[in-house]
Amino acid sequence: MKPAPFRYADPDTLEEAIAALADEGEGAKVLAGGQSLLPLLSMRLAAPATLVDINRVPGLDTVEVTGDGVTVGALVRHNKLLHDAAAARVQPLLARATANVAHPAIRNRGTTVGSIAHADPSGEMTSVLALTDGSVSVATPSGQQTVEWRDLFVGPLETSIHGPAVVTSAFFPALPARSGTAFTEVARRKGDYAVCGAGVVVTLDADRRVESARAAYISVGLTPEVHDLTDAVIGQPADTADWAAAGALARTLVDPDTDIHASADYRRLLVGVLTERTLASAAAEALGGLE
Amino acid sequence: MTVDTERTITITVNGVPREATVPVRRLLSDALRHELGLTGTHVGCEHGVCGACTVLVDGDPVRSCLMLAVQVDGHEVRTVEGLARDDNRGGQVLHPVQEAFRECHALQCGFCTPGFLMTIAAGLENRDSAADLTEEEVEDMVGGNLCRCTGYANIKKAVHHAAAAMKDGAL
Repeated sequence: MKPAPFRYADPDTLEEAIAALADEGEGAKVLAGGQSLLPLLSMRLAAPATLVDINRVPGLDTVEVTGDGVTVGALVRHNKLLHDAAAARVQPLLARATANVAHPAIRNRGTTVGSIAHADPSGEMTSVLALTDGSVSVATPSGQQTVEWRDLFVGPLETSIHGPAVVTSAFFPALPARSGTAFTEVARRKGDYAVCGAGVVVTLDADRRVESARAAYISVGLTPEVHDLTDAVIGQPADTADWAAAGALARTLVDPDTDIHASADYRRLLVGVLTERTLASAAAEALGGLE
Repeated sequence: MTVDTERTITITVNGVPREATVPVRRLLSDALRHELGLTGTHVGCEHGVCGACTVLVDGDPVRSCLMLAVQVDGHEVRTVEGLARDDNRGGQVLHPVQEAFRECHALQCGFCTPGFLMTIAAGLENRDSAADLTEEEVEDMVGGNLCRCTGYANIKKAVHHAAAAMKDGAL
């Protein structure tokens, strides 16, 4: 099918974009990469009255890397973030997760911030924002605001951001010291929406024992959640820790749904398996960093 | 800034500037086919899953069904019609990827072929042709496109065939 008729504006500045969103009212929607929005329009699952295309707004296509973390602008395509070596050094989950976002042709166009604002529970970057304890910066008529990830995601495809507003960047805090990460997915075809995915961060203490183990999942639950699995492995030597116990704990914490691709039980099984695998890999990486 | 329901846009398609007046909701895939008469770009699923409509925008492969025509105003688009080159004797020579598809029988019905050709052509042109092609690179080039006839074996063979030809200086 084709998108229903709409009005279109492509402002040259952020101020114009906010003004256009305010003028056009409730039915106005921001268009960035469009790789999720355009299918929704073509399938007539959404029919906004106006699209405000921010692709001409300058200054939104940069990745800023400091010791504190990585700030990703609203027009940074997944593919650019995937290949940003400086960003990957400060927060390795960014490259690991974007490598799993859709297919290369979609990563060339889709934006990381757009997929966060889209708030799809099967999106990789929403979970990475949660797992890294990140936030987004939002331009509104009354100025720039910061929204922490916990306050951002309300439900599937729904955020707490309303009215004339543009998410201008996302901030992913740096990986803590003595830590390792891993990210993996099970999908019907590489690049398709994951049946289940897992991202983890393992932090060790000075004696190479597990200090914390946290995980966030893809396509599991209605909004991103971070699960603390530390209790299952705390104080255990990183190279021999009982990751299977952490996987078993994770299975009791999640509440996945059934759909045409997988039953809830199968997803819960995958949560256990992927948790065990990714935690072991992240711990090995953390140990490697201590050498 | 204006808020419009219709716009006149200029797109450089296969090196030629083309002007068209389109409703703003017109998808790039439909503008190429209907407004510009370039029916080589095929429309399959129309929601970004099949890859048949893949074209190059400013050199990178994108799904043309996931872009609005107005979004490429002022940009460069390359379609399957732009792959073959003039041979300066009134005819054309196929792109090494097209030649490889013919050589390796990498198509049967041909519906998905334009999308594969564009993705693979960009993938091979944008890499160092002297470096050995890894299986992972090949899978990245073909994994986002659906083919229901061939089973992919011959398409992957064609990618290697084209890469070898380009290493030897074809193109």
